[in-house]
Amino acid sequence: MKAIIIDDEPLARTIVKEYLQGYPQIELVSECNDGFEGIKAIQQYQPDIIFLDIQMPKINGFEMLELIEDPPAVIFTTAFDEYAIKAFESHAIDYLLKPFSRERFDKAFQKWLDQNNPVIHKTRTQELLETAAQLPSQHQRVVVKISGKIKIIPVEEINFIEAADDYVKIHTREGSLLKNKTMAYFEKILDAQYFVRTHRSYILNVQEMTRIDPYEKDNHIAILKSGAKVPVSKSGYAKLKMVLGL
Amino acid sequence: MEIAVLDSIVMNIQLLGACWLVSNVFRYYLPQKERYWYILFLSLGLSGLIALDSKGILISVLSREADYLLFLSRSWGVRFGVSFLLIGCMAILSILWYTLEEEQQNQQRKTDAERLEKEAELYKLRQQLQPHFLFNSLNSISALAGSQPELARKMIQQLSDFLRGTLKKEEQSSIKLDEELQYLQLYLDIEKVRFGYRLTTVIEKDDACNEMKLPPMLLQPIVENAIKFGLYDTIEPVTIRITAMAIGNYLQIIVQNPYDRETSSPKQGTGFGLNSIKRRLYLLFSRNDLLETKTDNNLFTTIVKIPQAT
Repeated sequence: MKAIIIDDEPLARTIVKEYLQGYPQIELVSECNDGFEGIKAIQQYQPDIIFLDIQMPKINGFEMLELIEDPPAVIFTTAFDEYAIKAFESHAIDYLLKPFSRERFDKAFQKWLDQNNPVIHKTRTQELLETAAQLPSQHQRVVVKISGKIKIIPVEEINFIEAADDYVKIHTREGSLLKNKTMAYFEKILDAQYFVRTHRSYILNVQEMTRIDPYEKDNHIAILKSGAKVPVSKSGYAKLKMVLGL
Repeated sequence: MEIAVLDSIVMNIQLLGACWLVSNVFRYYLPQKERYWYILFLSLGLSGLIALDSKGILISVLSREADYLLFLSRSWGVRFGVSFLLIGCMAILSILWYTLEEEQQNQQRKTDAERLEKEAELYKLRQQLQPHFLFNSLNSISALAGSQPELARKMIQQLSDFLRGTLKKEEQSSIKLDEELQYLQLYLDIEKVRFGYRLTTVIEKDDACNEMKLPPMLLQPIVENAIKFGLYDTIEPVTIRITAMAIGNYLQIIVQNPYDRETSSPKQGTGFGLNSIKRRLYLLFSRNDLLETKTDNNLFTTIVKIPQAT
């Protein structure tokens, strides 16, 4: 079985490597400094398990997982705030709070060996990411992969978000990007003071709006600084008025 | 003649007693509501009492002086009026005096409370150690303990010295730059063990600022902020540059770190660490303009100015 360690601190990787030596059936195929290397290595080696730090350069552990199509089983190794990580208890295979002992490591590893079932891990990882999305630290930016490249978009740069089948289309000043998430997801994670779901298929950045015009029956249409037009339904109009304090 | 003396002694002793009574009443009890009615009734009651009492005494002592008794019964109203005025004045004066005193005490209490609050806040601001840093350092030590125990021991030493610095209880109002830089070096050495080749630091200083002073533990959180911002916002090796210089009557320290302006707003760099520095500088110097940040190209710059005592 193959394993990968992803952690930006060399000594932190050393310790996992050392503890892994007790398991001859595991082959450590790669050590990665950051999430970018991690994504590449996971695609290349298709590991059975990864040891993943959360706070890492550029993209954090959660963001990295989001960008992988078929994430492997994950054991988090982190000095992340204990209370925050508690939320993941049921989702991750386990998490190791740094510094951790060999006994603690063995326990987590054994837990994985005992329930090594890729299908379960996949749903778990999905649930985990949904929980992670509720952390305040995850609300500042959106990470997307576009033709093999990873792009980090600060949320202020989002003009509006549009539903597109199984994806959402994120419109920014520099163009639009697709992300494999739902409207409900974005409605939940984005700051409700600035982002309003004006329509079943649209979320609008209020700060980008220049004016709002009536449009057929009870509907309205919002005009953005960029010139784009975003539909506003009757209930969306009410929400918008509340956010703007009208 | 004797009669007059006796009369005035009786009257004045009673008046004195009443005034003393009034002032003592107000020393221990200051009515908060309806104090004017309180004064009025107290004065009326007391002066009535005095008038009756002195009349009783004088009549019984001087019962054979018929002229005097006539004078006494005629002057009863005047005596009552004078007593009332005197006691009323005394009451008002006492109230004013004791209210003023109470006010002063309140003021004193308030300034004391404010001072304590400020000290506590300063203490807390100095104490804000990032748990993330502590646990990751301990993890590095744990790793070193297996392979390089000597280095582990050294790092424990550095971490202990660093922690000891953060735990110093009394706020020394200021320490020399050299001393602060030594302390900073402990922190940097620990971070270098953690991040290995990715972290390089350059410290430059004017000889002119060797003797200049700054509040202790001020520099470390600024550098910590720069390291975090620099290391987590780029994936390349990072150089943190710390420059100290004397500008007029100020010690100016500049801390620079690289960042990626494509992916992060400079707002990110002014996160929690710098806000608490700003607050601390405000509490110490009552100024809000001593800390500033700016960005140019891919460099985030934090500038802090510390006024020097003249």
